[in-house]
Amino acid sequence: MKVKFQNVSKSFNRRNTSSAIEVLRDLSFEVKESEFFCIVGPSGCGKSTIINLVAGFFPPDSGEVNVDGKAITKPSASRTVVFQDYALFPWKTVAENIEFGLKCANVDKEQRLQMVKKLAEKVRLEQFLDHYPDELSGGMKQRVAIARAFAVKPSIILMDEPFASLDQQTRDILQEELVGFQNELSQTILFVTHNIEEALFLGDKVLVLSHRPAHIKFFINVPFPKPRSPDIRNDPQFLKLKHEIWHSLREEVI
Amino acid sequence: MAKLKSVTRLLLPIISFLLLWQILSSLEILNPQFLPSPLNVGRELVDSLINQNLLVDVFASLKRVVIGFLIAAVLGIGIGLFAGFNRATANFVTPLIELFRPIPPIAWIPLAILWFGLGDKPAYFLVFLGAFFPIFTNVLFGVTAVEETYKRAAYSLGATRRHFITDILIPASLPHIFTGMRIGLGVGWIVVITAELVGAQSGLGYMIQFNRLLLETPKVIVGMVVIGIIGFLMNKLMVQLEHKLVPWKKSEQTSRL
Repeated sequence: MKVKFQNVSKSFNRRNTSSAIEVLRDLSFEVKESEFFCIVGPSGCGKSTIINLVAGFFPPDSGEVNVDGKAITKPSASRTVVFQDYALFPWKTVAENIEFGLKCANVDKEQRLQMVKKLAEKVRLEQFLDHYPDELSGGMKQRVAIARAFAVKPSIILMDEPFASLDQQTRDILQEELVGFQNELSQTILFVTHNIEEALFLGDKVLVLSHRPAHIKFFINVPFPKPRSPDIRNDPQFLKLKHEIWHSLREEVI
Repeated sequence: MAKLKSVTRLLLPIISFLLLWQILSSLEILNPQFLPSPLNVGRELVDSLINQNLLVDVFASLKRVVIGFLIAAVLGIGIGLFAGFNRATANFVTPLIELFRPIPPIAWIPLAILWFGLGDKPAYFLVFLGAFFPIFTNVLFGVTAVEETYKRAAYSLGATRRHFITDILIPASLPHIFTGMRIGLGVGWIVVITAELVGAQSGLGYMIQFNRLLLETPKVIVGMVVIGIIGFLMNKLMVQLEHKLVPWKKSEQTSRL
């Protein structure tokens, strides 16, 4: 097992009050090696909290979060994160952003440059290595962030609604690219979204969460083989699954 | 074309102002004893440039402000960064800083003369006092204001504390460091002139005071004009330096002057 959530609960204190918001209650699930694991749920249901727990940004109140059989104590390059707002370092160029994790790992300069070049080609940004993030479009920024997260060859990549602020076309293209890399590299990915179609298109497995405090409504093992063609978005079976999840989430939103 | 436009935008108000002043002087509405005409001031400016008296004073003032400012920059950035990394230090120095900050450097003049005598040294000290506080407070703010998301991104990419400081904290706070230095240099320039009015034997402040006693009003105004121009140029220089060293900041995000 790659990731194991065991009876995890987490609450946050409301600002200036003693009352707490219970976000996760007694949550248990597992992510397998090389799996593209998507979590979908209504806004504010605690999806991001799951990512932050695995990243090690804060500990659970109770229960256990294990990655590769070890309890998480702090952030690590074995669990890189792709954020919704990109979180690129604006003072670093595209190349320097992608390079940063390798630099922290003390990879030597020569090798670093080679890896950066290869990754930049993969995300089709080889022409933009010397640009600063502010000079790029949203889609390009997120490509840099994805390359940066892949660069250190992490055990798992955590993605927190990475495409939520992109337009529909850009998002579709990035989804196709991402599912391609993931398949090619057998990279384990934990991906959180409120977009049902996105979860179904990307995921090997989709976990549907309830409203806060989040508990598991059901799992779907996505039946489409990889690599996936964009056309499966119109496949009757795809639409049926989408409808099924939408029905279930509807009750939660209302 | 754009360059020409910006030059016009800068010069038009200045020329209009000088023209109005000259007209009021020519019509003898302004008493030349109180306010000499711009032509008169211009003539004095050319004279004092030719006999080089002015340059001596300019150099004296510049030397004082540069040395005082450099001391303030080194200490302000150093202590500011350290306090930014280390909460205990910040908690310790902040009350002291807040207590000393409201005291105008001018109020330190008696002590400065008592401690350092006459000459350049008290001026270094006073410029330092004027420039240190804006630099320190901006640096400290810059370091503590680094966004949480950059911290998370850095640590989840494997950053050690060393990488975090050199690659995240310092560059993230560089724009604030520059803001502090720009303000500090401006305050330092004001302070050095004021200090020279009171206790110096050279410099632009001294030159103004000296000519006041001789009732040489045009020369007083020459001194004021030069002070204004140098202050303007120093600010410009800092902005240029910031553009060079903070290339990722778009021009509209930094000050336009």
